[in-house]
Amino acid sequence: MFACIYSENVPPDLSLTDFAYAFSPIVEETKDRTVVIDIDGCELLFGSAYQLANEVARRAKQAKASGGLDTTVNVAIAANPDVAIHAATRLPGITFVSAGEELTCIGEFPVEQLAYELVGIEKKEAEEIFETLRLWGVATFDDFATLPVTGVSERLGQAGVRLQQLAAGKTERHLQVKQPEPVFANSLELDHPLTELEPLSFIFARLLHQLCAALNAHALSTNGLQVQLQLEDQTVHERRLSLPYPMRDHKVFLKLLLLDIEMHPPQAAVKSVFLACEPVKPRVVQHGLFVPLAPAPDKLELTLARLAKLVGEENIGSPALLDTHRPDAFMLKRFVLPAKAKNRETAGKSQQCLGLRMFRPPLRAVVETDDGCPTQISAWGKQRSVYGKVVQLAGPWRTTGDWWRDDGWARDEWDVALVSSSRTSSEPSGIYRIYRRLDSEMWFVEGNYD
Amino acid sequence: MRSALSKAEIESNIAARFGDAFKLHEKVAKETLSTGIDEVDDLTGGLPRGAITEMFGPRSSGRTSLIYSALAYATAHEEICALVDTNDVFAPTAATAAGIDFDRLLWVRCAANLEQAFKATDLLLHAGGFGLVILDIGDVAGKEARRIISSWWYRFRRTVEDRPTALMVISEEACTRSCAALTLELHGSGEWLRTRVTHGNLLRFNSVKVNRCRPLMATFNESQFRAQAVS
Repeated sequence: MFACIYSENVPPDLSLTDFAYAFSPIVEETKDRTVVIDIDGCELLFGSAYQLANEVARRAKQAKASGGLDTTVNVAIAANPDVAIHAATRLPGITFVSAGEELTCIGEFPVEQLAYELVGIEKKEAEEIFETLRLWGVATFDDFATLPVTGVSERLGQAGVRLQQLAAGKTERHLQVKQPEPVFANSLELDHPLTELEPLSFIFARLLHQLCAALNAHALSTNGLQVQLQLEDQTVHERRLSLPYPMRDHKVFLKLLLLDIEMHPPQAAVKSVFLACEPVKPRVVQHGLFVPLAPAPDKLELTLARLAKLVGEENIGSPALLDTHRPDAFMLKRFVLPAKAKNRETAGKSQQCLGLRMFRPPLRAVVETDDGCPTQISAWGKQRSVYGKVVQLAGPWRTTGDWWRDDGWARDEWDVALVSSSRTSSEPSGIYRIYRRLDSEMWFVEGNYD
Repeated sequence: MRSALSKAEIESNIAARFGDAFKLHEKVAKETLSTGIDEVDDLTGGLPRGAITEMFGPRSSGRTSLIYSALAYATAHEEICALVDTNDVFAPTAATAAGIDFDRLLWVRCAANLEQAFKATDLLLHAGGFGLVILDIGDVAGKEARRIISSWWYRFRRTVEDRPTALMVISEEACTRSCAALTLELHGSGEWLRTRVTHGNLLRFNSVKVNRCRPLMATFNESQFRAQAVS
């Protein structure tokens, strides 16, 4: 059974929906000033359906302070929610419509009063149908309901049939229950400030477990986690974990969060913890049968976080070239598993290419020259040294750029083959790329061809 | 007879605790990953997955070119690869020319910290799913490389053996001891002294020698073991 509550004079600061939640947890906010509740199972609380309707009307008259609406409401109870809506909006007070006797109650209503939006019909289409019905001499719900269904279908189409079912009180639908907006956030105030990570991890674990349970209940995942730690020195330590793939595994979140907090520890003891996440749809991936295995996204994220803690966030990622001719210009971007495989035809063709091992920073070198060409090189660094007689050379290749900026470059590059003076002449000690800065005339060894 | 029964008895008693530790596992031929250089593949059969491949040689012996080639081949075939760069020597500009797909390459720079490099490699191997992991200690001095404790190599060998990952170690001198399934020794040839050095012709003059293979790679005959390929 369904009860429709309708009131024309609901104070603007009160909500009819909130009022309806006092009687049933299943509430449909059908229209402005109209709500429908499912009253099945409410007998133990309110007695019969009629007693419940009386209770609704009585409480509605009560003052705001007592949980009422301070006004009168129409209440209609019927086996069909649409019949209840029609009865409540047209008939004052309390109306009880028995199952199977809908037309005795609402049959006399003018057909133009049909709530066509309940069966998904547009206003224009409904008006055309009402006009046709008027020309046919069909004036009331009863007249419309008694027309043969086949004839209505032939002349008015499916929209006409749906309207006829609405007039006869024979529609079948579920209430579109108004769900409270889910909140994916959680917080906890601590009795005593925490200074160590271990006790804090238990707090995180508890809050994350609740967050992930809420996500799971709504079949959602998240790709962003926000953490706010209220510190003892009245500041807020805020961290945000952004994930490349939606996840909802609280264990993974906990490990990522702890790694992040270890890398960026708060400056004072923690007084309260707030966690929130942005819900998104879960990731759905169909893997190919013949595609090579790739790291599991959650494991990969954990591994990347651990690597970042080990070598530093700036030292890990996918290399990407910068749009410049500056030598050794690159950046590291976040490593993310490629979503889609490149077409083998268009993928970069493997080609044998000379490898270069960069010396970062380049080795300052002392170079003897003959007619501008290097003949002897000596360079020492902390990790490596390069010295020897030049036996072959190619170059120079001049590169300049960004001369209008402070960090412009201008240099002559040479490729040189060196033979160590301590070795026999047939033994090479390597091929190197050296360069001379044009502004300072200083020589450097940039790398080793390998 | 009595001793045989006792052995079986003991094995059955401790089987629940230690599993099939006493069972002899049949060695199966490992899958391999191409290096992208036909001559090296013909000689070695490719880089064995689930095992360590060591590649050592002096400067300018073609180690890095071989890395680029292997990475380019693996990334073009949709493998996810990782490069643990101990001395921060990887050159993205040169690697692009080799055809490496950077979207499938994870580059870990260790700022000349050997311990970090080994820990990073261990993390990557435990993560699983990588097709090729390269540990580049090619600029670590020989005496320092020889001081690396063996347990790291045993640990790596144990970690990768059940995974489809090929672990490649680049060094100046052999250091993985008995843990590598395949060891390639690269020699810089003096041939390039007799020609003009230009970008790209170094590889032609370097030689590759398959120094030693473990029994699991015993698909090659003795003459192939000793062969030297000069491409």
